[in-house]
Amino acid sequence: MIWDNNFAVSVIPLLLEGLWVTVRITLLGTLLAAVLGIFFAILRRLAIPVLSPAVSFFVVFIRGTPLLVQAYCAFFVLPAYGISFDAFTTGVVVIGVNYSAYMAEVYRSGIQGVPKGQWEAATALSLPGARTWSRIILPQAIRTVVPMLGNYLIQMFKDSAVLSAITVVELMATAQAIGSSSFRYLEPLTLAALLFLAISYPASRLVNRLERRYAPQH
Amino acid sequence: MSAVIEYAPLLWQGLLTTILVTVLSGALCLVVAFTAGLARLSSHRIISWPAGVFIEVFRGTSLLVQMFWLFFALPFFGIQLHPLTAAVLALGLNEGAYAAEVVRGAIASRAKGQTEACIALGMEPALRLRRIIIPQSIPAMLPPFGNVMVDLLKNTSLVSLVTVADLTFRAQMIRSSTGQTTAIFITILVMYFVLSYLLTLLTSWLERRYALDRKALAAQRKESQLMKVGAA
Repeated sequence: MIWDNNFAVSVIPLLLEGLWVTVRITLLGTLLAAVLGIFFAILRRLAIPVLSPAVSFFVVFIRGTPLLVQAYCAFFVLPAYGISFDAFTTGVVVIGVNYSAYMAEVYRSGIQGVPKGQWEAATALSLPGARTWSRIILPQAIRTVVPMLGNYLIQMFKDSAVLSAITVVELMATAQAIGSSSFRYLEPLTLAALLFLAISYPASRLVNRLERRYAPQH
Repeated sequence: MSAVIEYAPLLWQGLLTTILVTVLSGALCLVVAFTAGLARLSSHRIISWPAGVFIEVFRGTSLLVQMFWLFFALPFFGIQLHPLTAAVLALGLNEGAYAAEVVRGAIASRAKGQTEACIALGMEPALRLRRIIIPQSIPAMLPPFGNVMVDLLKNTSLVSLVTVADLTFRAQMIRSSTGQTTAIFITILVMYFVLSYLLTLLTSWLERRYALDRKALAAQRKESQLMKVGAA
């Protein structure tokens, strides 16, 4: 018998623990990415000499290099300079910063989509810059990017498996550890795949529905 | 930096492996994309349904799980794949599933009049697809295909985890034997960045080359001809 059902059932609790870590990484990472992304998008839009081009380059560079290598950099290089966190925190920061580069682009297109008249009206009312951003521009920009953020959340959920390479004990690492200790890889890896699918498929359906609901109304 | 120079041949070999994996899985990705994307559009449920399941399964689970499954779990069925085969297969199928959605979307959004005109001219469905619908959809597919290919290139770094000796794998080797972590990793980050930048350039060249907006191009050509005539 290739598939051992008893063994499969016995490893489910461990895998669920791993899944919970994956979910936590995804939620915290998305939060970090969403906040950092706004900052990057605003900094690029403000066109501050030196700073804005530097942010632009950082965003392009992050988007052009593999997540795995970035994770290795954070995990192996930073401790050499006295900056070290545990694997979980490093993982959240790496994946959060990585996705913030993508989200910065999404916000940028959202900000560009805000009609010019809104800016002019804010100027005519002599609203200070901070109020213009926080009350006029961002609420309208974010509305259109909500579904995209959802897509990146799902993408991150799947990508977080990469963090198993820097010893974060999430779903993938758990499945692998069960496999190497019991010499049975089939059950844990198949179950891990099914767990990923069980969450990401309904989630992407949900995002599709959000997409239709939040479609720009002008 | 000394470690980077000393181990440059190793890094070079790693780079070649990375490029090899990218090219092989890129080719597989295109084949999978058109097969699954067109099958998904079929009006026969018996064809479109399996394609839909394939696309959703490969998009819904993470690439690393698929790669590990092919490498570690498949041997339980008596199939032992070479690490490179497993890596290329996983990358090609995974990115192919994403690209299949691109193919499906691009073809589904073609103007209906084109299909109707084909039917009016009595074209067979296969001919219609091959001569009219697919060629017209290519320009719309190119930008998202470019993104998929850059993603694929970046994801080739994961093959190091199934013992394929690519750039990341070599870097880890050099790191553990020299301890010069910073120099090595910065070097390969820059190498990956240059590779993905080159891919972006290639895509934008293809986009210009196959742009549907021939009017603008024709106008340009006429203008340059006029210039030549004027010069003569």
